[in-house]
Amino acid sequence: MNWKSLFTPRAPVPRGLQLCLGVGGFVLILLGWWLLTKTGYIKPFFLPSPQNVLRSGIVLFREFDFLLDIFASSYRIFFGFLLAAVLGVPLGLLMGTFRVVESLVEPLIGFVRYMPASAFIPLFILWLGIGDVEKVAIIFVGSFFQLVLMVVVVAKGVPQEMVETAYTLGASKSQVVWRVLLPASLPGIVDTLRIIIGWAWTYIIVAELVASEAGIGYRILNAQRLLQTGSIIFAIITIGFLGLLTDILFKWIYKRLFPWNV
Amino acid sequence: MNTIRLQILDLRKSFRSHGVEVTALDGINMEIRDQEFATILGPSGCGKSTLLRILAGLTPPTGGEALLDGRRIEGPGKDRGMVFQSYTLFPWLTVLDNIQFGLKLSGIPAQSRERIALSYVEKIGLSGFERAYPKSLSGGMKQRVAIARALANDPNILLLDEPFGALDTQTRALMQELLLKIWEELHKTILFVTHDVEEAIFLSDRIFVMTARPGRIKAVLDVPLPRPRDFEIKSSPEFVQLKKEVSRLIREESIRALRLDATLPGSE
Repeated sequence: MNWKSLFTPRAPVPRGLQLCLGVGGFVLILLGWWLLTKTGYIKPFFLPSPQNVLRSGIVLFREFDFLLDIFASSYRIFFGFLLAAVLGVPLGLLMGTFRVVESLVEPLIGFVRYMPASAFIPLFILWLGIGDVEKVAIIFVGSFFQLVLMVVVVAKGVPQEMVETAYTLGASKSQVVWRVLLPASLPGIVDTLRIIIGWAWTYIIVAELVASEAGIGYRILNAQRLLQTGSIIFAIITIGFLGLLTDILFKWIYKRLFPWNV
Repeated sequence: MNTIRLQILDLRKSFRSHGVEVTALDGINMEIRDQEFATILGPSGCGKSTLLRILAGLTPPTGGEALLDGRRIEGPGKDRGMVFQSYTLFPWLTVLDNIQFGLKLSGIPAQSRERIALSYVEKIGLSGFERAYPKSLSGGMKQRVAIARALANDPNILLLDEPFGALDTQTRALMQELLLKIWEELHKTILFVTHDVEEAIFLSDRIFVMTARPGRIKAVLDVPLPRPRDFEIKSSPEFVQLKKEVSRLIREESIRALRLDATLPGSE
């Protein structure tokens, strides 16, 4: 294959090369990072070398129970996200299906969703303390309203002719909801959940940075106080990995649940 | 044989579009006989799809009424099967499950509804694709399944709204032959909407030619070609002569439709 042809707009890329390029991106960044620190261009205090960050990570796990922090952040996200999904998906489906529900709820949600979840943190600390309940509440506020609006779009995207076909086949109103609108919306809903849980990671860290006794955000704040730049960077990279893992998990679930759509 | 299956009495439909009152259908009167293959032929935007939607019960008329077997049509029902131009198969269901969708809704036991569905899979020539999902089917296959799904409900009339409109010419010709074969086998009453003159002549017993908007019935033509028909009939002198006549009628209306469309806001 001529390398010039790769720069034809929208030209396909061989599978092997695609994989190499994907890994290469990471390698390139690491190499640049390593060079910057090796040459002494940036002081280790501001940016420690990759191997030192890894070392800080090992210390975090060995001496600071970092696994417990990961666990604390993860289960807060899980419960906040679960609550948002359990309430938000049905509400979104109702709004996308029944104009009357949409008319009632949409203006309200459209208003609240512009209030940043992080602005609620002081209020929630006042109401709920700085424990898990407050963290779950922040994640809920951060994800629920966006989730509802995205599910509405999914439910409205079901082609009208598909609904009409069901009617001409003898479907009642409730059969149209349960046998057409719901199954047709499911893939879009799972995709929405995948995107929303990524945002939930942002909110949990912010909430933990403000006030917390455990969690990845708490660990980052602690490291800043002790001037451990390496630990901060390691914790941030850890969040990236956890996000990637949930993404892969959701994509796997998607493929298993909807073989007809992949 | 000559009993009336569908009766359309002074049917009217108008709606507001961009603040202008548009008359889509202006007093349609038609009678469709039992087991007849009838076609509504008209230029685009003449309201022929609107007429079919009213008959399916998906859109209420502004005036007049339609009677199926003497009963007034009020809403959608399984006594009228409908196939759209766009692909409407349920993508999460296999070919077999799509075909038995209506039967399942009516609570027919699994065994008998599967038997019925399998017989239709065979009729549309898709044996071996029972477990395939719509995504893996070609356009022609999808429309065959859609027709089978409508037929599986055993409706009193089949309403087809340009079902082959999105298919290429070759596939389309084959689909027309397949539809005729099924129709001859099942003796269903079919009302078919199209803007394709050749398609209308090849399929129909009678053609209802519609005017440009506001839609009226301009002419009713008998198609005296012998049955069963196959593709070779399309080059016979009788067919060609008929095509010439119908084309002239339709051409007048298309020219009118084009002139109308330029002056009418909000028209398609």
